[in-house]
Amino acid sequence: MAERAEIVVVGAGPAGIAAACAARECGRSVRVVDENPHAGGQIWRGELPQPWRTRWEQAAVPMQAGATAFGFAGEQTLLVECEGRAMEIAFERLIVATGARERLLPFPGWTLPGVTGAGGLQALMKSGLDLAGRRVVVAGSGPLLAEAGASLLAAGALVAIVAEQASFRQMIPFLGRIAARRGKWTQALRIASALRKTRYRAGAWPLSVERRDGALSVTLRLGPRREVIECDYLACGFGLLGNTELAQLAGCQVVNGCVVVDEHQRTSVLGIYCAGEPVGIAGVESALAQGLTAGYHAAGREDLATACTPGRDRGRRFQRVLAEAFALRPELKELATPDTIICRCEDVRLGELAGFLTWREAKLHTRCGMGACQGRVCGAALEFVAGMPAASVRPPLVPVSVGVLAGEQ
Amino acid sequence: MSGGNPDVVIIGAGIVGAAIAERLSAERLKVIVVEADCAGSGATAAGMGHVVVMDDSEAQFALTAYSRRLWQEKEACWPKAAEYRRPGTLWVAADAEEFAAVEHKHAWYGAHGVQSEILTAGDLAREEPQLRPGLAGALRVPEDMVVYPPAAARWLVERARRQGAVYMQGARVEHTTGSVVTLASGTVLHTGGVIHAAGAQGGHLPVTIPVAPRKGHLAITDRAPGFLRHQIVELGYLKSAHGHETESVACNLQPRATGQVLIGSSRQYGVHTAAVELPMLHRMLRRALEYMPGLAGLPVVRTWTGFRAATPDGLPLIGRAPQCEGLWLATGHEGLGITTSLATAELLAAQMLGREAAIPAEPYSPSRFGEKSAHA
Repeated sequence: MAERAEIVVVGAGPAGIAAACAARECGRSVRVVDENPHAGGQIWRGELPQPWRTRWEQAAVPMQAGATAFGFAGEQTLLVECEGRAMEIAFERLIVATGARERLLPFPGWTLPGVTGAGGLQALMKSGLDLAGRRVVVAGSGPLLAEAGASLLAAGALVAIVAEQASFRQMIPFLGRIAARRGKWTQALRIASALRKTRYRAGAWPLSVERRDGALSVTLRLGPRREVIECDYLACGFGLLGNTELAQLAGCQVVNGCVVVDEHQRTSVLGIYCAGEPVGIAGVESALAQGLTAGYHAAGREDLATACTPGRDRGRRFQRVLAEAFALRPELKELATPDTIICRCEDVRLGELAGFLTWREAKLHTRCGMGACQGRVCGAALEFVAGMPAASVRPPLVPVSVGVLAGEQ
Repeated sequence: MSGGNPDVVIIGAGIVGAAIAERLSAERLKVIVVEADCAGSGATAAGMGHVVVMDDSEAQFALTAYSRRLWQEKEACWPKAAEYRRPGTLWVAADAEEFAAVEHKHAWYGAHGVQSEILTAGDLAREEPQLRPGLAGALRVPEDMVVYPPAAARWLVERARRQGAVYMQGARVEHTTGSVVTLASGTVLHTGGVIHAAGAQGGHLPVTIPVAPRKGHLAITDRAPGFLRHQIVELGYLKSAHGHETESVACNLQPRATGQVLIGSSRQYGVHTAAVELPMLHRMLRRALEYMPGLAGLPVVRTWTGFRAATPDGLPLIGRAPQCEGLWLATGHEGLGITTSLATAELLAAQMLGREAAIPAEPYSPSRFGEKSAHA
């Protein structure tokens, strides 16, 4: 199957939706590719808020749902896997809006059943996991942690504690910024009122977890104290990591985990744009502004793209505030013991990685990162824990069958 | 190693450099190994790790058979990480013409003392049920092996160090003569001799050697235990490996110790970028699917490329470099570097120490291309 569109957008989260709407409204042929069955990305999950729901419906952009971009065939053809088949989509311009994933960090017990990502548990809940009456500990970092706590409470879970590793002092500029933005108030109040029913503690993080008599027993550091809490689920997320792999594979410059873009979201590769979290974690509003900028510019409307500048700049400032407010504390690097599994796919423990100087050397000799997740989890963990930057990105970006990779269509 | 200049500096800690370091340090030579990345990280990491006897020329046979024996003699030494196993090779014949080649190969191996057996179409289907129906048969070479080369290289380097060798990791060579090695860091090593064992990377050498990079692609599947039992190579492989076409592919499948299936192979001249090229991958995988259609459903978890060091006649360069006193070559092993590494080390050590080697070294002498070597 070969398709063609003037503008191809990868990812139907806020950035991708905004980009696709903008380009379509300028009369361009647009095609969106997304892994999920519905548009909305991780944050909206198929339930688009207004005004975007209407705008998206009116734009009526053709979307290839359940489709995963795994490589390129030449400079202007995207390779997509969809329902076990390979598909080629030719483009003139490509907008990479691939979103972000949770950062998981290793600590003793983090691979036990019942320990999930914070967003991961929300996703499980939305796909049918009944949490009513179940005890949950939420731990990690970032504004989404509080949101996760609130939505788990709303689903009937007994949230024992929400443990934010950042100190309250560290978060003050972030809180100040939210207080200064009327648009954020309602959201903040909603979360705050929800969290009143639970304990929200700053400067708190998990030290270890074990399974005892069918329940999880989490040891948390709460300031100077330690506390052990029994629960059914431990939901942990230490902020977000932009999904930069597709941009990297296209040859776009990436610095410190962020795709480098100019004021119109253009990457270092001609004809390829990037918008949203891969450019730097800055939240929904920034992603929307960047998506619009990229969509308008790719459609040849530089004037409209430039008009989005204030939103983009606000997003950039918010990105810096976020990064500082939720910077990970160095104590988190010391949680894993030599016995702690680092690479879940290949069962590699931290102790086995001692003595290797580079990620590539460790990978070649321990299989760390050689598994099906292609080092997405352990690569980021090792980069944080051991300061080893992960190695190169190669196709297929996600495991696809030999048949698909052989081009069987 | 105590003070004073080394007897020899080995450039490259791939499987070949590592084997030489192990061998020469065992002879109490003062050895320094300089490696730009880490042990076994170049073509050694990219290769399949198939230890195989080849019969395409007497010289190739002599080297591969001798070296396979050396791998076998070390069987008890290899660490678990080296994944040393003996699944054997199946040379698969697609049609009657190729099956005639199987019979010829069988007779040739027999005359040369290498065990092999002919599998009929029925035997083949029983041995490897995933192969497509209708193949003519195969030759099984039961003593061929499979290893995980980076771990073997690392073990050889470790053993060399225990024997007194100095290993410099992350040390890139800027320039070398037969007696002075200059590193990118500015360090200058004065030495009795220099061994170039850096595969196709010869930019630091004072002379041109007839070695060209020949790019290859590989893909590995997720675990599928029991899917495959032997290393499977199509008989057409020899045409692909030793032909001079710019681009070729052949079906070459290997069961890894993990239960994964490693899929090769491709050959390209004139390409110098390491990027995985999907059109080449397509061709290679389609060739594999022609032989084993059931592979289509297995997930590929990774792909990669590497550069073989290819010579004009398909044989390696082992011995003194022409026109450069003190410089020795151990490169040009093309796709057989893992197999022939141990024999290369023995041959080179014998020449350097003025001893007689187990097999004649002349066919691999770098001077066979004439004093002024230049690569076509």
